[in-house]
This record gives sequence, C-alpha cells and structure tokens, in this order.
Amino acid sequence: MLSVLAAHFVAAALAPFLVRWWGRNAFLALALVPAATTLWALLCAPGVVAGDPVGVNVAWAPEYRMSLAFRMDVLGLVMTLIAAGIGTLILVYCARYFSDDEPGLGRFAGVLTAFAGAMLGLVLADDLVQLFIFWELTTVFSYLLIGHNTERRESRRAAMTALTVTTLGGLTMLVGLIMLGEAAGTYLLSEIIAAPPRGAAVTVALVLILVGALSKSALLPFSLWLPAAMQAPTPVSGYLHAAAMVKAGVYLVARLTPAYGDTPAWQVLTVGVGVATMILAGWKALRQYDLKLLLAYGTVSQLGFLTALLGAGTRDAALAGIAMLCAHALFKAPLFLVVGIIDHSTGTRDLRELSGLRRSMPAVWWISVLAVASMAGLPPLFGFAAKESAFAAFEHGPAWQTLALVGMVVGTVFTVGYSLRFLWGAFLDKPEVPTTPVHAPGALFVAPAAVLAALSLLGGPFASALDPILAGYADTVPWGGAHPAHLALWHGFGTPLVLTAVCLAGGLLLFSRRGEVVWLGNRLALPDPNRIYRRVLAAVDTLAIQVTGITQRGSLPVYLGTTLVVLVVLSGVPILTGRLWEIEAPPVRLWDSPIQFVPAAVTVIAAVGVLFVRRRLFAVVLVGVTGYGAATLFMFQGAPDLALTQFLVETVSLVVFVLVLRRLPTRFTTPVLRGRRRINLLIGAATGTLVAVMAYFALAGRRAETISSGYPAAAEEAGGKNIISTILVDLRAWDTMGEISVLAVAAAGVASLMFVRRRARPVRGRMGVPVTPLPAISAVEPAGAPAEPNAVPWRPSGIAVAPRQLRIRPKWNPLWLPGAAALARERRSVIFEVTARGLFPVIVLLSVYLLLTGHTSIGGGFAGGIVAGLGLMVRYLAGGRYELYAAVHAQPGVLIGLGLVIAAGTALGGAVFGTEILDGGVFDLHIPVIGHLHVTTSLLFDFGVYLLVIGLILDILRSLGARIDEQLEREARDSAEAEEVTA
Amino acid sequence: MNTPGLILVVCVAVLYSSGFYLLLQRSLMRVVFGILILGHAANLSLLLTDEAITLPPLLGGPSGEMSDPLPHAMALTAIVITFGVTTFLLALAYRVWLGDENDEVPDDVEDRRISRLTEPEDSS
Repeated sequence: MLSVLAAHFVAAALAPFLVRWWGRNAFLALALVPAATTLWALLCAPGVVAGDPVGVNVAWAPEYRMSLAFRMDVLGLVMTLIAAGIGTLILVYCARYFSDDEPGLGRFAGVLTAFAGAMLGLVLADDLVQLFIFWELTTVFSYLLIGHNTERRESRRAAMTALTVTTLGGLTMLVGLIMLGEAAGTYLLSEIIAAPPRGAAVTVALVLILVGALSKSALLPFSLWLPAAMQAPTPVSGYLHAAAMVKAGVYLVARLTPAYGDTPAWQVLTVGVGVATMILAGWKALRQYDLKLLLAYGTVSQLGFLTALLGAGTRDAALAGIAMLCAHALFKAPLFLVVGIIDHSTGTRDLRELSGLRRSMPAVWWISVLAVASMAGLPPLFGFAAKESAFAAFEHGPAWQTLALVGMVVGTVFTVGYSLRFLWGAFLDKPEVPTTPVHAPGALFVAPAAVLAALSLLGGPFASALDPILAGYADTVPWGGAHPAHLALWHGFGTPLVLTAVCLAGGLLLFSRRGEVVWLGNRLALPDPNRIYRRVLAAVDTLAIQVTGITQRGSLPVYLGTTLVVLVVLSGVPILTGRLWEIEAPPVRLWDSPIQFVPAAVTVIAAVGVLFVRRRLFAVVLVGVTGYGAATLFMFQGAPDLALTQFLVETVSLVVFVLVLRRLPTRFTTPVLRGRRRINLLIGAATGTLVAVMAYFALAGRRAETISSGYPAAAEEAGGKNIISTILVDLRAWDTMGEISVLAVAAAGVASLMFVRRRARPVRGRMGVPVTPLPAISAVEPAGAPAEPNAVPWRPSGIAVAPRQLRIRPKWNPLWLPGAAALARERRSVIFEVTARGLFPVIVLLSVYLLLTGHTSIGGGFAGGIVAGLGLMVRYLAGGRYELYAAVHAQPGVLIGLGLVIAAGTALGGAVFGTEILDGGVFDLHIPVIGHLHVTTSLLFDFGVYLLVIGLILDILRSLGARIDEQLEREARDSAEAEEVTA
Repeated sequence: MNTPGLILVVCVAVLYSSGFYLLLQRSLMRVVFGILILGHAANLSLLLTDEAITLPPLLGGPSGEMSDPLPHAMALTAIVITFGVTTFLLALAYRVWLGDENDEVPDDVEDRRISRLTEPEDSS
C-alpha cells in the first residue's frame, strides 16, 4: 500500500525527464502507475468486500498519537478505483490532448501524477492529520494545475481563487479535525467511527469539518471557485473537478456519516446545503453558453445532490449516494473529455458556434449520448439505477426528507434540462449556425471517454451485481436499515418511476423553452459570487493594512519599549501575586565585605552618568569606567582571571570606540522629548529592577548545591591548576570552540562592513622604509617638490595627507618606528614612538607568558591574545597605519583562520589519537629560564585561541583604525582638490 | 546557600536599568553603549551566585574557601563574546553614520507608508 503511494510521487519526480525524452507520449508511461494502482485495488477487492479491510499502521510519533496509517475498506476501495481508474484514462487522454511543444508540459505531467498520488493518500488515510495533509496537497496541486497557463491572467486568478477558498475551508477543517481527535482520544478514523465521541464540542468540530468538506466540494456558499477553475486544461477539469478532488468533500461526508449521520446539525448542513446547491447550480447551468461552464455548474449541482444523499444518515440514502458517486464519476468525466475533444477539434466551446458535430464526429456523439443519458437518469444506464434508489430512499421518511425529495426532483428537472442543452448545443444542427469545420480526433484521444461511457452503460444492467459491494459501505450506516433497499435497474412501477417521468417531462419542457429560461435566469440572477469574493478579499486587505498600521509603527524604540513593558508586566504580576518575598530565605546581607562599596559606587555613578552626558567621548569614558568598576568587583569576587580579561577587553574597547568616534560629531544629536525620556527612564528602571529582583530571589531561593563541585578534581585529572582555564580549554572546550567561531564571524563582519568594495591590501615587503609618493601626492604638492614623505607640507587647517600608496623597499632601517615616517609631521610624537618601540617586545613577551602559564596560573589564550593585540594597538597609535602594516605582515584573516584551524585540529586530533573529540594529552618540558613547563594539548588549543584573538584585534585595528584613517585622508584630499579647482 | 550581598544587587539593578534605557534610544552609538553595559550587568549577576572575598579557583594555592569556577568560566566567555559583538555593532553604527551622516535609527519607511495607507486619502 505504501509502495503504491510512493510510486506516484517517484513517477511525479521523474515525469519532467520523461516528457523531455518522449514528449507527450510520456503520459502513456505515467498512466502505468495509476493503472497498476487500479489493478492492485481490484486484486484487494474480494477481501475488502468480504469485510476484511486492507491496512498498514506505521508508528510515526507515538508521543503525539501520530501514525502513518492507511486503510482500505469498501468506501476507500470505491474511491481508489475512481481516483486511480479515471486517473489512468485521464493520463492516456493527456497524451493526445497536449502537443509536444506545450509550454511547461513536464511540470504539468509531474504535478498531475503527484495529484493522483495525493488523492490516493487522501482516500486511504486512516489518520486525521494525515488526511488533512493529503487534503491540502490536493489543494496545492490543484492550484498548480489550474494555473497551468501561467501567462494568462484569468488562469492565475482562478488558481488563486481556488486556493484561497479551499485553503480557508481546509484550515477550518483542521481545527475541527483536531477537536474531534482530542475528544476521541485517538486520531485514527477507524477507531473514531467505531466509537464516536459525542457532545457539544464534537458538534462544533463536525460543523468545522463540514465547512472544509463543503468548500472542497464547491457547495454553497463556496461554489464560486469551481466554475472559475475551468480555466484549467480540460483533462484537469475532467479529473480534479469532476471525478476526483471535488469528491474529497463528499468522501469526507460519506466517511463520517456512519458515525454522525443522526446528528441534527450534520443532517441540516449536508442535506440542506446539498439540495439548495443542487437546485441553484442546476438553474445556473441552464443558461450557460460555454460547454465547459455548463458542465461545471452541473457538477456543482451534482455534488450538492451527492452530499445530500451521503449526509442524510440513512442506510438506503447512503447506498444511493455511493451508487450515484460512481455513476457521476462515470458520466461527468467522459463529458469533460468530450468537451476537450470538441475544443481541440473545432477551436471553440461556445454552443452558439457549434453545429453539425453529430455527423462529423459520430463516435464522440454516441459517447456523449450515453453519458448524458446517464446524467439525466434515463434507463437503462447507471445514472438511472442510482437516481431511482435515491428517490426511493427519501420516499417514506419524515417531513424533512420529503421536502428534500421535492428539492431533489426539482434539481433533477434542471439536470435533465441542462443535459439536453449540452447535447443539443454541442452536436445538433442549428439552422442559424453554419456547420462547424472539424479536424477529426484520433482513436486514442477518444478511447478514454468511450471506456467511461461504456461503463456507464454497463452499470445499469449490472446494478444488482454491484449492490452487495456497495452495500458493504451502506450497511455501516446504522440507521434506517429495517428493510434494506437494493440497487437494481428495474424497481417496478412505483413513486420513483413516476418522479423520473416527471423529471424527464420537466426537463424536456425546460429545454423546449430554453430561450425563456436563459432570459428568466439572467433576470433572477443572484449577485455575482465573484464580486462578493473580491469585495471580501478587499475588505480583508483593508483590515490587514489597518491592523498593520496601528501595531507596526516602524519605530524601534517603541517596539523595544513594548517588549520590555510586556516583560515587566508578565513577570511582575506573578511576583506580586505569588508574594515572592515570603519565601524561606537566608537573612538579607548588605555586603560580603565593605570594600565592595567603592567599586560598586563608582560603577553605579558612571552608569547613571552615561544617561545624561551629551558628549560622545565623555559617554565612552563613563562606559569604560563601568567596565573597570565591574572588573574590580570581579577581583573581589575571587575571579582574577575574569578581572584580568575584563580590564584588557575594556581597554581595547575604549580605544576602538575612540577610534570610531573621531569621525562622529562630538555630541549626540537632538535629545528626545522630555515626556518620552521620562517614559524611557521609567521602562529602563522597571526592567532593571525586575531583573535584579529576579536574580536576587533566584539565588535566595536556591536549594541545590552548585554543580561545579566536581570541577577541581576534573581539572586535576586534566592536568591543570587553573580551574577556569581548564574549563575553557579542556572540560568545556566545545563552548570555547563556539565562542571563537563567533569571534571569527564578528571579525569578518567588521571587516566586510568597513571594506565594502574590497579589503585594503598593504604593500608587501620586509621591514623597510616606505618611500615615494606618487602622482597622487602632486595634487597636494606642487609639481617638482621632493617626493619625500616627510616633506608633505604642513597644513594649518584640516588633516594632513599621507600618500595614497607606498612601496616599501626591503632594507633595514634603524628608525624607531619606520611606518611612522608616513605620518604627517604634526601627528608624530618622538616620545610616544620611542616608548612604543621599546614597549612592544616586552608586551609580546608578556602575552606569550600569559599564554603559557594559562593552565597553571592566571592567564590563558584570551588574555595573552588581547595583550599582544594591545601591543599592536600601541604601535598603531604611535606610528599610524603603515606602522601597523609593518608590524604584522600577515593578513588578519590568515591569523584568524590559522587560529581556528589549530583549535579545530587539536579537537579533531583528540578524536584521532585519543578517545574522543577534544580529548587531551599531557607531557612535561624543561625549558631553560622559564623552567618546568607543563604542556598539554590544551595548550595547543589555547594557542589557536591566542592567534585568533590577535587576528581579531588586528582586524579591528585595520578596519576601524586604518580604514577610517584612509577615509579621512581621502576626504581631506578631495576637499583640497576642490579648493584648488575653485581657486 | 546564601543571599547575595545587597550592594551587588543594587549595582546590577542600576547597570541593567541604564543599559535598557540606552537601548531605548534612537542614537545607535547609545544603543551600542547600552549593550556593553548590559553585558557588564549580566556578568556581574552571574557572579552574584557566589560570595565575595574568596580565593581564586586555583589548585595548589593557599587553603581556604575557593570561589565557584563555573560562573567565572561563563562570564569569561561572555566578556569576550560581548567584545566581539559590540565591535561588530560599532562598525554597523559607523556604517549607518557614513551612509546618511546620522547615527540615529529612523522609523521604518515601509511601516510608515502602510500606516499612512490607513489614513483617509487626501482629495488633492
């Protein structure tokens, strides 16, 4: 069963290739899949009819009571035979309907095959959720098939309408299905039907499910999408919109009627809406000129009939309903195919332009006669037998059933009327219309319709043979089976036969007065449902815009403020109502030690001060002070590692901020309104207090011991003395891997933001003197001046300009900071340069020391890397960007990448040589001067971190330092050029 | 278990308040400052879990009560990541300023357009 389903989707995936190779004949190959399904269903049929359903149930997510469950009982068998059997014929028909060069044929073939699979899944699904999934799949495929002519606007619009309407119904149905499943405690359809839950909630669920079913089967008030969907190619109309998909709603009604057929809400909705749809759509079909539209309204009318029969909740009505279901599939599909043939052969579907086809296409004519006769319920066709039993089923019921019977008779009168109109319009001679020229259809084109029409003919005489099979479904409906009726071609003389005669007479009358009927129909037309649909859509649009306009103000502070207020309210209410302060907690302490007061006070003052300062630089300094204050508090908290890192990071941040701020205006721009500021202050204070209160009570109420009690022992085992460092590079090295990846990404982000076009490439070369300048300098420098960097003229206003690019001669130069030579004279400071030069090796040594001792004492890769970065920073600040380039030749990206590779390599090395990823090894080294060195593979990992951090800081210096330098210089040069031009 | 010292709690409260207030500003630079301060606040609140004036978590040092290493390790990671993120945000803010000589977050143009749609159209 699963393989049959899967075969459809595999075939669908292959379809585009098959179409590319074989053109339209690929459809013949694709038809094999539904053909095989039909064969499989026929082979299963004896067992199923004998009362032994075929099923599989694969547990999928048992926690959510979800399973992959399929089950084929008699109803499933009938639907499978309809979906797969007609699907086969439709695919064969497609092989002649389309031409090889039809645009998008490959996609169409794939979607049509996939649709057949989805339809099969829908009728076989035994799980409500699964049913819904296949249901929606058919909707989506139907959308793609209706919109096959992607260039045509009406086609796209019709597809969209179908999608909107059926999805709306589908989603409503989903709610109903879930309510039903929850009420039943199972999502298995078979179990629900065996023991249906009852109650008000279930009734609501049923109504919601019916909304889905009615919308899918295009009943009122959802019927507008089906006529619109006639934009689809005719095979699609014949398959989806006559035989298969629109039957899904009918199928669902039929599926649930054995459980809920006696519920008043169910009966009212199915019978009431069904009969009303049958009458109104039938009336509308009587005035159509387009043959396809005529059939479409006829289909809507028949679907109403089917829903009324299958939803009525009596055993005989169910028998008539399922017989009618088969009969309808067998007569409506060939009629659609005939319309396709006529359209193909004459180029029109308008019955006012067609004439004389009876003689030019005799085979098609006879097919149509059979199908139409079945539709109108003429003996001896299948339609007649089904309709007779339908009339009989409502003959002796209560008053509402008699009322429904009257409605059905009226509907059938209309059916006979439009059946005749179809036959007359398509084939007969019309005196005022010239005989339509015809290009004769091939045998294979006509064959599918012929097969179906023949089955319609056979269905009548063999109705009594079908009776035991179809009764297998009807007998599951437990009501009204005291004197079970039987399908038969001849029931004898009785009320049904009289009613059939009435219907035929009425239909003939309507046909003979067809002119007046069209006139009257147009006079009495209800408002165009399309217009209502468009109005509803427009109203929804307007509502959406209004809601968006009200809620989405587009202001970031407002959004954020809303979020914070919600946070405060949502967490504040339970804190207050739960009387959190009454928990059992240790006594309140003011401090651990009075010395904490000093850094805490400094931090608090600085944090408050940041809110009120106007100068950016001042704000940066105050933010820095909060950081240093926090670092001091860390120190007292017994966290020297943390304090060290915080101090270093804060320093780097401070410098970086200043580097950027030199380009921004000194003050913050206009202050916000005072009222707004107060509100913001209030929100900020409330949120901050809330977080602190939550932190306090989380700890005061803490009962469990810390989970880190095992860390000292673990650190010892890992061979480290500094537990924190051991945690970072050994015990929880995965976290550190993640962290350095974040840093690498941040570095890449900074660089890409600053070098939008391309990364600046400093000139390569060993330590040497930057020389020469270049043509560009002459813009500043009058021609002929000595091209010495130092000779850049001192400019009283604006910023002096460094050469645009440099060649560095590979030559040892005993300058303190050679790169500084490129700086403008007024920016150089000898003292700073000398200090920087002297300090740099010391700083690097310190950083290496921190790296190496990280495992045993304070330090580690992060701290070491930042220290080395600070050394670079000093050289940059003293000597300018060329000094930075001279200090490190490697690109920051190389350093970052190398760091990542080393860290990741160590981690993988642990997997290769050790037992698992990040597994560490230990060995001892004796190095002179430094002394005993305890080396672990973690050190290598830490070295990776070290390199990466250096790379990060170098990247930041190049991006936010050197790059901004370049921009400033370019601006100064541009303005100088502009001055010269104006001068 | 113990309650944290009130002075640290107050410090955390002020830092969080200041950070959230700055986050609510339009100036991107202030928003970056806000995130930085929120980072400090978060790190400090991690350290609230332990008493102050304890020995650093180093093995083989003087004997005495050692501080809990776990929050330290968390905070250490957080410090470095905050650094990376703030630098990135700084570069972003700078780019915004470079774009329109203004580092303020403007209102979303599309949202304004939609909210204008809801207003009755001008007859002009």
